Amino acid sequence: MSNKQILVVIGNGMVGQNFLTSLMVSSLKETYEVITFCEESQVAYDRVHLTEFFSGKTAQDLSLVEEDFFEDNNITIHIGDKAVAIDRARKLVTSEKGITIAYDKIVLATGSYPFVPPIPGHKREQCLVYRTIEDLEEITALAKKSKVGAVIGGGLLGLEAAKALKDLGLKTHIVQFAPRLMAVQMDEGGGAMLEKKIEDLGISVHTSKNTKNISEGETCFHKMSFADGGELEADIILFSAGIRPRDELASSSGLALGARGGIQINNQCLTSDPDIFAIGECAIWNGAIFGLVAPGYAMARTVVNVLEGGDAEFTGADMSTKLKLMGVDVASIGDAHARTKDALIYTYQNGADEVYKRLVVSADKKQLLGAVLVGDASGYGTLLQYCLNSIELPENPDSLILPSRSDESVGLGVDALPNSAQICSCHDVTKGKICSAVESGCITIEALKGETKAATGCGGCSALLKSVLNSELEKSGIEVNTDICEHFAHTRQDLYNLVMIEEIKTFDELLEHHGQGRGCEICRQAVGSILASYWNEYVLEKNHLSLQDTNDTFLANMQKDGTYSVVPRMAGGEVTPDGLIAVGQIAKKYQLYTKITGGQRVDLFGARVDQLPPIWKELIDAGFESGHAYGKSLRTVKSCVGSTWCRFGVDDSVGLAVELENRYKGLRAPHKIKFGVSGCTRECAEAQGKDIGIIATEGGWNLYVCGNGGMKPRHADLFATNLDKETLIKYIDRVLIFYVRTAERLQRTSVWMENMEGGLDYLKSVVIEDKLNLSTSLESQMQHVIDTYRCEWKTTIASEEKLKRFRHFINSDKTDENIVFVEERGQIRPADEDERQHFKLVEEA
Amino acid sequence: MTQWIDIGSVDDLQADSGVCALVENTQVAIFYMPKENAVYAVNNYDPFSKVQVLSRGLIGDIKGVPMVASPIYKQHFNLETGECFEDETVCIDTYAVRIENGRVEVSLAE
Repeated sequence: MSNKQILVVIGNGMVGQNFLTSLMVSSLKETYEVITFCEESQVAYDRVHLTEFFSGKTAQDLSLVEEDFFEDNNITIHIGDKAVAIDRARKLVTSEKGITIAYDKIVLATGSYPFVPPIPGHKREQCLVYRTIEDLEEITALAKKSKVGAVIGGGLLGLEAAKALKDLGLKTHIVQFAPRLMAVQMDEGGGAMLEKKIEDLGISVHTSKNTKNISEGETCFHKMSFADGGELEADIILFSAGIRPRDELASSSGLALGARGGIQINNQCLTSDPDIFAIGECAIWNGAIFGLVAPGYAMARTVVNVLEGGDAEFTGADMSTKLKLMGVDVASIGDAHARTKDALIYTYQNGADEVYKRLVVSADKKQLLGAVLVGDASGYGTLLQYCLNSIELPENPDSLILPSRSDESVGLGVDALPNSAQICSCHDVTKGKICSAVESGCITIEALKGETKAATGCGGCSALLKSVLNSELEKSGIEVNTDICEHFAHTRQDLYNLVMIEEIKTFDELLEHHGQGRGCEICRQAVGSILASYWNEYVLEKNHLSLQDTNDTFLANMQKDGTYSVVPRMAGGEVTPDGLIAVGQIAKKYQLYTKITGGQRVDLFGARVDQLPPIWKELIDAGFESGHAYGKSLRTVKSCVGSTWCRFGVDDSVGLAVELENRYKGLRAPHKIKFGVSGCTRECAEAQGKDIGIIATEGGWNLYVCGNGGMKPRHADLFATNLDKETLIKYIDRVLIFYVRTAERLQRTSVWMENMEGGLDYLKSVVIEDKLNLSTSLESQMQHVIDTYRCEWKTTIASEEKLKRFRHFINSDKTDENIVFVEERGQIRPADEDERQHFKLVEEA
Repeated sequence: MTQWIDIGSVDDLQADSGVCALVENTQVAIFYMPKENAVYAVNNYDPFSKVQVLSRGLIGDIKGVPMVASPIYKQHFNLETGECFEDETVCIDTYAVRIENGRVEVSLAE
C-alpha cells in the first residue's frame, strides 16, 4: 500500500478532466492517489464544440483525454459508474455499482443537466435535449424520418441546437419564452438584429412564446400550444431552456446548497465540508452559477493551488462571450444591459450590412462597462481588454464602434495592456507570462504556444498573441535595427533628408560626413537611388557609377547567364507598325529572344554586354528611348484601348497613359513603380493592382494608390474620385515624391502604405489637404525630375568614355566564351550546364 | 620571381568598381579603390551562378574587410582571400595585382 492520500474526483466532464490534467502537472501528483468516476460511457469530451459532431467529427475527435492519460498517470477511472453516496462521517464514497472508497479529499465536478420545463407532454417521445453525444446520435436518427424541428429556448445553446436541426435538413423553429434571442447576453437592439439575421438563414424565430402544452399533432408528430393561443407543429422538439446544477449527491450527503440549487462554495471552492471541493457548473459561488467552461477551469486551477497550500481564490469570472452562430458573429461583454447606475450608452446600427454595436460606458465616459456586437465582432478583443483591465477609453468612445472608413485603426495597442491582462482566457495566460516567455527565447508563435499554451484552446486570442509578440520583440532583446547597413546608422528616410538638407551630391560626401567604412551594395544602391531621385543626374556619371546595382550599372537587365535583356519604352503600350518592324529587325540582327512583357512592351533577351551599345544605337535611330526596365523607377503605364476604339470606353485611357508615362519616365524611386489606366470601370488595364491606378468614370478620373500584383497582391486604395486631369496629375506628383522621400529601401508602395502610421487617411491629409504644407515642395521636386529627364542610353552612346566599359575584357576584344545559347521553339535560350559542357568538348575536339 | 603580366593602364580601371581582364585564358576581375590606393584581383567566375560576372558586382567592405557582392545572387566574397562570407566552403581564386608606373599588372602564379 502506498501512503498516498486518496483523492476522489466525481465527474469526468470538461471541468473534471481539466482538473485532473492540472493536478498531474503539479507537485500533487506525488501526494495523492486519484480515483475518478465517469457516469457517461465516454470520458471527457469537448461539449463546447459538440455541434461539430454533425459536421463529421467523431467522439474520438472531440475527446479531451490524451491516449493512455489515465494509465500513464496511475489514475483509476470507473467509466459508466457514478458515485451515489458520500458518508462524510466515515469518509467513504459508494458507487452505483457498489464500489466503496475511503477518501481523504473529494472534488465534485458533477456538472449540470439541461432544464426541461414541466410542460404537459414534455415526456412524449421525440422530445429531446441537446447535451451529450448520445443525445446527438438520437437526434440524427430521428431527423431521418422527420420534416420539422423546434427548439424550445433561444439562448446560446438553443441557437446551436437550431443550427444542428437546420443542418440535418429540417424546417426549423426557435420558440423563445423571452422577448428576444440570447436574452442574457443581448440588449433589445442586438437581439432584434440577431433575430433578423437568424431568420435570413431560413430559421423561424418565435419570441415571447410561452409553451403551455405539447400534444399529438395533425401534420407533424407534436403540436405545441402557446399561452397566446397560437400553435406550432413539429416532429422533433429539443429543449434548451438552460441548465441546472447536478447537486443531488451533494444534497443527499448534507452539503449546503444554494437557495435555488447548486453546491455552495467559497473562494477556495470548498463546500461546507472542508474536505470536499466543488467546481464547474454544479457549484454556486456568491449566488451565481457559471454556465461557461472558462470559469470552471478557473475553479479547477484554484483547487489545485489550494491543495498545494497556495492562497489562490476564485473571485468570479468574466462571462463575456463571442461566437459565430451559423456564420453570424455575436459577442457580449460585461454589463451588456447597462444595469450600472448612470451608465451611458452608445449604439451603432447599420441596417444595410446588418450590423449592431452597443457600448455601455461609465458616467464619466472613462471606463467600458459592457458591449454588444452583432454582425461584426471584430472589435471584441480590443473592447474586452478595455473592459477587463479598466483601461481608460479614448476621448470619443464611439470611435470604437463606428466603422472606420479607411485603414484608420482604432485598435488598442498591446502596450497599453497591463502585465496582468489576460490574453488567453482558456488557459489563463496573462500578458506578463507571454512577455517573460518571449524574454526566455520564445520568439515565434509556435514556440509561445508550446511554452504558455496561449491560443491553443479556442484560438480566439491568436491575433492578440501575435501583437504582444511583435511588440515585445520590438522592445526587447531582438533588436529591430532600422539602420540601413553597417556603414550608416540611419534609415533610408534619414539619408534622404540629409541629402536634401545638406545638399549632398555624392556618395563619398555622404559617407565622409555621416557614415563609416567603404560602403557596401546595400548603402551604395540606396544612396545611388536617393541621389538620382533628388538631383536626377546621369547615373553612370563618374561619381555615381559605383553606386549602381547589377542592372543600372549597364542600363540593362542581367539574366541568369550574365547576358542582358533590352527594353525600349513603348509608352502606354502603344507602338507603330514601323516601330515594331524596327524592333523585330534589330532582334533578328543580334539574334535576340523576344517576348511581350506584362507591362505591354517588347523585351529582347540574350545581348552580351558588348552588344548593348550597338543595339541601343539602332533602337534610338528608330525613334525609341530607354524603357528603364533596369531601374528602380517608373516602369510602364498599362492601358486598355479606351474610348478611342472601345464600344464601352468612357475616356481616352491610352492618351492619358502615354502622357503619364512620358511625364514620370526616369523617376528613380525606392522600388519600381507601375501604373495602370482603364477607360471604364470594366478595368481591363487592371489599374487597381498597380502602384498608381486610374479609372475613367462619367464624372472624371478615379485615382487608386498603392496596389500591387506580384508576390503579395494588394488591392489599391481609392484615393480620390471624379478628378479632372490637372488635379489628378497634381495628386500623383505629390503621392510619388512623398513615397520617394519617406519609403524604406526597396519598399513598394503597397508595403509603404501598410506601414504608414495613419494609413490612407494620413496620406490623403498630406496630399489632398496639404496638412504638412509640403505640396509646393513635392510638386517642384517632381518638376525638377521632369525637366532634367534624359534618355540614359542616348547620353551613354554619345560618350566614347562611357562606352569603354561596355566590353567584356579591358584588354581584349574577345567575348565571354562561357555564354552559349541553344534553340528552343524557334528562338535562343541560355544553354544549361550539361549543354555548355558538351559545347566546350565539341569546340576543343 | 613573380611573373607580372601587364593588362593595361590604370585609366582602364573603374574607380570603386570592377573591370574584367583576360589573363592567359583566365578571366580576372580587377577592383580599384583609389582612395585607399588599393587594387584587388579575383577570378571572374561566380561559383553560385556559374557565370563570369564578378567584375560587375558592387564593392565595399564588411566590417572593414574589402568585398565584392555577386551581381547575380548577391553572395559576398572577401577580396583579399576569396572566401565567401555566406558559405565558408566556397572560395574563389585571388591573384596578385599591382599598379606600377600607371600600368596594371597581374600575376596568376601563387
